[in-house]
Amino acid sequence: MSTIAPPAQDSAMSSQSLTQSGAEVLLRALKDQGVEVIFGYPGGAVLPIYDAIFQQNAIRHILVRHEQAAVHAAEGYARSTGKVGCVLVTSGPGATNAVTGLVDALMDSIPIVCLTGQVPTHLIGNDAFQEADTTGITRPATKHNYLVKRPEDLARVVHEAFYVARTGRPGPVVIDLPKDILIGKAPYVSAATAPHRSYRPRTEPDAGQIARAVALLKSAKRPVIYTGGGVINAGDAASAALRRFVRMTGFPCTSTLMGLGAYPSNDPQFLGMLGMHGTYEANLVMHGCDVMLNVGARFDDRVTGKLALFSPGSKKIHIDIDPSSINKNVPVDVPVIGDAARALEALIAAWEADTAKPERAALVDWWKQIEIWRGKDSLRYRQSRERGAVIKPQYAIQRLYEITRELGRETYISTEVGQHQMWAAQFFRFDQPNRWMTSGGLGTMGYGLPAAMGVQIAHPDALVIDIAGEASILMNIQEMSTLAQYRLPVKVFILNNQYMGMVRQWQELLHGGRYSESYSEALPDFVKLAESFHGVGMRATSVDELDDVIRAMLASPKAVIADICVDQKENCFPMIPSGAPHNEMILGPEHESESAGITGDGLGLV
Amino acid sequence: MTSADPGYRSATISVLVDNEAGVLARVIGLFSGRGYNIDSLTVAPVDDGGQRSRINVVTSGTQMVIEQIKAQLDRLVPVHRVSDLTQLGPHIAREMALIKVLAASSEKRAEALRLADAFRVRVVDATVESFVFEMTGSSEKLDSFVELMRPLGLAEVSRTGVAAMARGTTVI
Repeated sequence: MSTIAPPAQDSAMSSQSLTQSGAEVLLRALKDQGVEVIFGYPGGAVLPIYDAIFQQNAIRHILVRHEQAAVHAAEGYARSTGKVGCVLVTSGPGATNAVTGLVDALMDSIPIVCLTGQVPTHLIGNDAFQEADTTGITRPATKHNYLVKRPEDLARVVHEAFYVARTGRPGPVVIDLPKDILIGKAPYVSAATAPHRSYRPRTEPDAGQIARAVALLKSAKRPVIYTGGGVINAGDAASAALRRFVRMTGFPCTSTLMGLGAYPSNDPQFLGMLGMHGTYEANLVMHGCDVMLNVGARFDDRVTGKLALFSPGSKKIHIDIDPSSINKNVPVDVPVIGDAARALEALIAAWEADTAKPERAALVDWWKQIEIWRGKDSLRYRQSRERGAVIKPQYAIQRLYEITRELGRETYISTEVGQHQMWAAQFFRFDQPNRWMTSGGLGTMGYGLPAAMGVQIAHPDALVIDIAGEASILMNIQEMSTLAQYRLPVKVFILNNQYMGMVRQWQELLHGGRYSESYSEALPDFVKLAESFHGVGMRATSVDELDDVIRAMLASPKAVIADICVDQKENCFPMIPSGAPHNEMILGPEHESESAGITGDGLGLV
Repeated sequence: MTSADPGYRSATISVLVDNEAGVLARVIGLFSGRGYNIDSLTVAPVDDGGQRSRINVVTSGTQMVIEQIKAQLDRLVPVHRVSDLTQLGPHIAREMALIKVLAASSEKRAEALRLADAFRVRVVDATVESFVFEMTGSSEKLDSFVELMRPLGLAEVSRTGVAAMARGTTVI
């Protein structure tokens, strides 16, 4: 990709007769980029694009009910397919509504191209109707953004935007399109084949660093492999290489929230998720390891806990495609910059070629210790089976998982944000990548329903479930209407505890049980709400009703809201309180009061 | 992070960027959004066609923060190269300033001119009650001249910020 226009393009404006409008050129470029679906919402500034969409059949448009949902839907589409998600919104409020989705995609490294309408170039800066400084507003919300001011730049910019969105560390890219550019004629150019003039992400790992990493891993007595969303983003090859490498080394493996599914959850070498609500064994392994291999994770604060006490005795190897992730939070000993798949494949080759013997005996002892930690059964909870007993939220997800597994259908899970999200991460177990859609970095309530919508568009025959809370779901509930319009049989599984549960939990643990504004007052009747949106509503209020409701939900050919009324006071454990290190976990309600890290420093952290 | 922390240092970073709309905002936004310091910043096109600009940033932080700043800058799409001149080896960092001194008394006027001469500072404008001096040099040298002018009737200072380049054959 080059900005220096090839000769053909220079002459395009003068000699080649221009027959296509900017909007038509845009659609042609999208089609050439393999776009099949656009999630969007029309408005004045983008009417020329909608007119061009009307006159073609190659690209399908999905009409959402709010622009934020368009971006989340595109994220769900992107994360479940590995393709770039495409969004189209109008100028001003269309663009500003999309911003939350863009930041969400930025934080979770999801490839998105978002087309925003803009007032005509001669009106920019005049406070015209529905004008906003979209490139200014979205600059810190995107990986990159463009304002197209000349017709001859249009096609090139679209191709470049897709290239930037999907390569390197993926992310959202905005193209701001003034209306006169869309209406006027524009030349078409194909995607350039030359390297980009300045943007050149590094994907091939350095052989010397790989060799150092292997030497360190071979000498490890208490190793751990800690994987993140980068493995998912690097595609199926990365997950396959990870599985091979974990098995050939015999090392324990843990994953961040974003990385779930890259390594099969039911495998004995998998320790479960790590971090604030991760398992006891995963966190103690991180704390006590002597060599840590981080693949595609970024030492996020939800994972590290108190930085000064994070994994104090370990040598750290960090594989990341983004050089700025290296040494950002945690200093590492062996940085490896590159694509996770390429780096893991290089590690496998170097491990096999290296003649040094791994520390087998020490590894056996390490596993003995791990099994002791695992014996704590940190995800345990008590579910009464008596008739009429209240449903524990963990049990609801466990049954949902078991029953979907019995059905054997291809299943995709999205979540909103809060307690239900953590329980879903703990109790719904994934064997494959790209099956788990959740807002990790930004923690966006209202993500799950539109994301599920995007997944269902990409996988029409799959089972797509949004595991939700009653508070989060209301943040984008209008998308039930989109589900109805496109007959998308998304299942919304609400764990309804009538509280913003995670807020309530923090208020209980950190603010003396003063539940300020965290009660979900005046909730709708979710059964009637589903019905009013042409879906099916159902409810379970006691443990004996749960399985029937889950089965009925999964059997329905329509969109369903299942209102699962769960224990209002259940807390999400285990938990590392903010500001505490990994070895100071609260395992359950019985330990709440004895936690050292619960006050002081932690109170000021998020 | 404070300047008392061990390893806290100043860094002069040169960034070669595509001269496209918004590129300076991207760089400045990165510094403000991530809480990095900007002690000085200059920017101007540096090639014939005006296609590329060079941004010189003087910043400060711990080694880890400075490495992070460089990595974050390098991640911006229109950035071609990021060079830490402070780390690259010996380098020249120069600033230009226009300094206005209002002095009516002949003693102060004479003293200001004497000092200007000692600092090799040029007079670029003069009236019976004022001088405008033009001065080029390191930021520290500019600071000390400005301080000397203060009791002599310093009225206004306009500084360009630092332009920097590696010494010898090194090219960024």
